[in-house]
This record gives sequence, C-alpha cells and structure tokens, in this order.
Amino acid sequence: MKPGSSLLDTLFWRAGGLLVLVYALLPVAWILSLSLKPAADLNDKHFVPGELSLEHYQAVFVDAQFPAAVWNSIGIAAISTALSVLLAMFAAYAIVRLRFRGRALILGAALSIAMFPPVAVIGPLFNLWRTLGLYDTWPGLILPYMTFTLPLAIWTLSAFFREIPWDLDKAARVDGATPLQAFRHVIVPLAAPGVFTAAILVFIFAWNDFLFAAALTSTNDARTVPAAIAFFTGSSRFELPTGSIAAASVVVTVPVILVVLVFQRRIVAGLTAGAVKG
Amino acid sequence: MSPRRDASEERFGWLLCTPAVLAMLLVTAYPILYALWLSLFRYDLRFPDQREYVGLANYASVLTSGVWWESLANTLIITVASVAIELVLGMLLALVMHRVLFLRRTVRASVLVPYAIITVVAALAWKFAFDPVTGFVNPWLGLEQAWLTERWSAFLVIILTEVWKTTPFMALLLLAGLTLVPQDLLDAARVDGANAAQRFFRVTLPLMRSAILVALLFRTLDAFRIFDTVFVQTRGAQGTETVSIVGYHALVTRLNLGLGSAVSVLIFICVIAIAALFVKGFRVSFAAGEES
Repeated sequence: MKPGSSLLDTLFWRAGGLLVLVYALLPVAWILSLSLKPAADLNDKHFVPGELSLEHYQAVFVDAQFPAAVWNSIGIAAISTALSVLLAMFAAYAIVRLRFRGRALILGAALSIAMFPPVAVIGPLFNLWRTLGLYDTWPGLILPYMTFTLPLAIWTLSAFFREIPWDLDKAARVDGATPLQAFRHVIVPLAAPGVFTAAILVFIFAWNDFLFAAALTSTNDARTVPAAIAFFTGSSRFELPTGSIAAASVVVTVPVILVVLVFQRRIVAGLTAGAVKG
Repeated sequence: MSPRRDASEERFGWLLCTPAVLAMLLVTAYPILYALWLSLFRYDLRFPDQREYVGLANYASVLTSGVWWESLANTLIITVASVAIELVLGMLLALVMHRVLFLRRTVRASVLVPYAIITVVAALAWKFAFDPVTGFVNPWLGLEQAWLTERWSAFLVIILTEVWKTTPFMALLLLAGLTLVPQDLLDAARVDGANAAQRFFRVTLPLMRSAILVALLFRTLDAFRIFDTVFVQTRGAQGTETVSIVGYHALVTRLNLGLGSAVSVLIFICVIAIAALFVKGFRVSFAAGEES
C-alpha cells in the first residue's frame, strides 16, 4: 500500500474496481442468461433466468448453419493468422535488424493501411472475386484478413523484436553452435512470446470481422460466425430467433474470453506496444 | 550498428519485406484505384450492358443527395459522441487500473472482455437488453420505450454499444501513457500542496498529451468506419445510416458498383482528411510541448 493512502482512498479505488468488473461483464452475463432461458421465458424481461434449459444450445447444433460457420471461422481465422504473422515476421525482422532505405516507408505504409476504411474496397473486391471465382470461398476472406492484419502484426512484432538481444546468437556461434542451432535454441525462444502475442491479436481481428464476411460470402461454404449470427433466420421471417442467437453467441464468445484471460498480460503488451513507441 | 549500408543487406531487407508489401498493395492500393476507375462509370451489375463512362456524374449524384449528407452527419454524431465519452470513461478506467490493488489482476483482465467479444455479438446483446419485449433495461429504468425505433434513442443505444466495446482499448492506451508519468513528479506536486485534482490536471494530463492524441486518432478513425453495430441494431433504419452502411447497401445490396464506388472514394477522402487534421494537431502539440 502506498504511503498516505487513507481508508477512504482504499474504499474509493475498491469501489472503482468493482464498477469496472460490472461494466465489463454485464452484457456477457445477460447473453448467457438469455441463452439458458427456456423458450417460454425468453420475454420475461428478467435479468436472471428463473429456470435453466439447454434447448437453445441443442437447436443451434442441430441446424447445419451454425456448425458450418464455426468451422469456417476457425479455419479462415487460423490460416489468415498463420500467413499474416509469417509475412509480418519477415518484414519486422528486416525492419529491426537490417539497414535499408524504405524501413520508414514500410512502417508508414502499414500505419496508413491500419487506418484504411475497409468499406472502400469491398465493391472492387466483390467484383474482382466474382471474376476470379473467389467469391464465397475461404481464400476470398483469407486474403483481406491477412492484409488488414499485417499492419498490426508488423508493428507488434517490430516492437517485440527491438527488445531481443540479437547478439546472443553470435555468442552461441562463438561457443560452437551452428547458425541453425543458434537460431533454434537462442533466437526462437526469445522471439516466441512476441510472435504468439501478434498471433492472438490477428486471430481476434479475423474472428471478429463482419463487413468482409457479409459482403464476400453468401452460403455455408465460407460464411463465418459473425455473418451467420447476424443473418440467423428463425421459424418466422419476422421474428428474431433470440434464444438461438444467444446460445450461438455464448458458444463463440466463451473460448475467446478464456484465451484472453489466460494471456492477459501479453495481449495488453501487444495492444499498446505499437501505439506507445510509434 | 554501423551507419554503412551495403548493397546485399539492402537487397535482403527488401526481399524480406516484399511479400508483406505486395499483399498490402494488392488488397488495398489496387482496389482503391479500381474503385476510383469504377466510380467514373455508370455500372450496375443488374444491368451490365448499360455500362458507360459518365465522368463525375456519380459524384454529383452522391453529393447532391440528402442520403450522403445525412449519413455523414450521423457518422460524425456517433464518432464525436462515442470518442468523447470513451476518452473520459477510458481515463477513469485507466486511473482505476493504475491504482487498484484489490483484485488487480481480475480487474485488468475483465477489461479485455469487451475487446475480445465479436462486435456483432455485443451489438445483439445490447439490442436484446433494450428490446421492449425481451430486455431488462425498460423494467430496470421503469420505462416503456421502444429504443431502436426512434432516431435519437437508437443513436443512444448505438453509441452505448460502441462505448462499451471500445473504451477498454482506449483505457489500455491511456494506461500505457499513465505509467510513463514519473511518480516523484506527482510526489513533489503533493509536497508543494497540490490537491488530487490539481495534480491530475496540471501534471498528469499535460505529460500524457501524446498518448491521448494517439488514442484519439486510432479511435476516431475506427469509429468513423462504424458498420457492424448499426447494421445489427437498426440496419440503418430510423435515419441512423452511417457512411459505411450507405456504401455497403449501394455496393452489395443494390449491386450498383459505379455509385457505390463513388461513395467508397468519398469515405476514403474523409478518412484522409481526419488523419491530416490529427497530424496537424500532433505538430501543434509537439511545438507547444517544446516551448514549455
């Protein structure tokens, strides 16, 4: 405890901390509650469900739409992440380790793409993808996700790579390690946390995107979770299938929240790395 | 590192960067140029035979239509309101995260929850919460309000969703700036008799100027692109269309590539204008910082 902090002070910050918790978790608790209400209770307007039922979870998995979307989302986000982080690793290594003209140019280009409005390219991409046969396919979404996450990945990785004592691999070489051994046993373990952080951030971006998914897909072949949930149709055209939407939302939200909580420190470091040093 | 530049290092550097640069050019620079080109044509995918060069006619019809200006005004309302609230709330959150000792890890981790949630899911959760049939908000407030069927109350829900979802990001950027404020400076101010408010406004805030500007820039440009929340909550009905929604409807719903591309180019120009304004702000701020 800091010197000079009174009881009142402590209580004040404690209350603040509790308020933050409520703020962050309220809508999550609400959607969880909705997903567990039996269909008859959906409109009871109570925050806490009176009775619990898993019927909505059964319903979303019986329908082909949602499992297909989950599979598409996982596949597309994972491949986009792998590609984006790989390309960004090359670029970030060059930016941090090599002296060449254009380093500032590449970082600047990455920054301007981070600010680029995606809606400005969906028309041309839509037209292009139809001609190239990429409309409503995995590569049709992987390409834009990979590109729009490159700036984030390059900035995060450059920030992390700058902190690596690269000369250690020279020391290992002096001690008789081959270049490959030096790389594998010295550099890879040092670089891994940064790479991992960049991968989480990129994955969350791809997992979250709705605009590209809504514009560039139309069927279960490539439609991802956000688009599937937004376009869920219930038994009647005029009624939103609230229970199914809530259950599907919980299914796709809980794993991501767990990942975020487990890797909390790294994500915070990654999110702020580019901004503070840039 | 030596300042000498050798040719092979130069070539290797570019070689490593080429894939990333190519990908970025291919999916952003090329489409935006293509959009610029398409925007000069009358080009409706439902009537592809009528494709014809029309010069700036698409821009003329967008800029003279009420829809564009109304959506621009809507976007600016949402952007300014949500970024302003986020700045204040984000600062409070950052202060709490900086000072809280009780459940510190839990509090810091919980802030990441809104960030990690899919925007569509967050927008639906709030939509259901405010729904007059399903939601808990009306009974809690003792109201009978159909929030999303009126323009201003719909804005309120949209802005609330934006603020909820993105304040944590703002708070983290501000927290990073806050930890750079030297504690001995604050202690010195306290010894000199400055109260908490004075210490915050006279010491902490000026030292955080660049962190605040960076956070504002990121969030303003991000808020200006708002699409998911509005699409899910109102689909742009009740006069809540934003520029991204207008672009999406022209391009994807009505398949009018000519007109839609003109909207895309105009959005792009707006984003450049906002970024330029901020860059100017940075210069002014740094110049002021050096003088004092």
